[in-house]
Amino acid sequence: MVLSGADKTNVKGLFAKIGGQAEDYGAETLERMFAAYPQTKTYFPHFDLGKGSAQVKGHGKKVAAALVEAANNIDDIAGALSKLSDLHAQKLRVDPVNFKLLGQCFLVVVATRNPALLTPEVHASLDKFLCAVGTVLTAKYR
Amino acid sequence: MVHWSAEEKQLISSVWGKVNVEECGAEALARLLIVYPWTQRFFDNFGNLSSPTAIIGNPKVRAHGKKVLTSFGEAIKNLDNLKATYSKLSELHCDKLHVDPENFRLLGDILIIVLAAHFGKDFTPSCQATWQKLVGVVAHALAHKYH
Repeated sequence: MVLSGADKTNVKGLFAKIGGQAEDYGAETLERMFAAYPQTKTYFPHFDLGKGSAQVKGHGKKVAAALVEAANNIDDIAGALSKLSDLHAQKLRVDPVNFKLLGQCFLVVVATRNPALLTPEVHASLDKFLCAVGTVLTAKYR
Repeated sequence: MVHWSAEEKQLISSVWGKVNVEECGAEALARLLIVYPWTQRFFDNFGNLSSPTAIIGNPKVRAHGKKVLTSFGEAIKNLDNLKATYSKLSELHCDKLHVDPENFRLLGDILIIVLAAHFGKDFTPSCQATWQKLVGVVAHALAHKYH
């Protein structure tokens, strides 16, 4: 699956509009993921996952930063996320199905906070982008 | 049988009560066809699906979206008896329509996003969790008679 020129424009445009709120988007994405897909909590036994958790906020910030980085380097997501890809393959080993779940929750956060931004075209592009990120992060698994 | 808490039932009915089935159904189906274009394979006779604009404006898409979401409403009325409620529909989707059940999951996820866009902050994490459970259970019921 290849990101078209229009996809790249849509994704960059979306992240530009989200701007500094990306951190909040990241935190809420995780909160929603843990609520909707409790099995994802198994990767965070060491976290306090209660409401307002500072650890979840901190981790959401990291996740969002990675998405922003990927969007800013959208012509070479594999290059931009290479170290993160190594980390997921060697240490974290999050099962690939979970990236879809995170992606779904990120889309929901964008939809709840900025419905006008998420036109069908942007929705399609963002979904593709999130798939591409998941693919990169699991690329070195085996 | 799936268990629904009182809170879950409340979250489902309070959202559903405010949904315009025709608009929401049309939008969900249109987005399915746009975001996951391979799903167009089931709709060769729908006419022009050549662009997002064409899909959104297509009257057959609107009508079918309304039909699908109306059926979803039946599920909500029969939460404690979903497999039976959808038994014939499941057979239809398998034997006549030949739809891969994965498509039910895709549509369910799209529906959640449409609801999220409509309800904004009111579509809380608990609300989303309940609705993700609901769409999952509906998809499962629709796939139940496959053979």
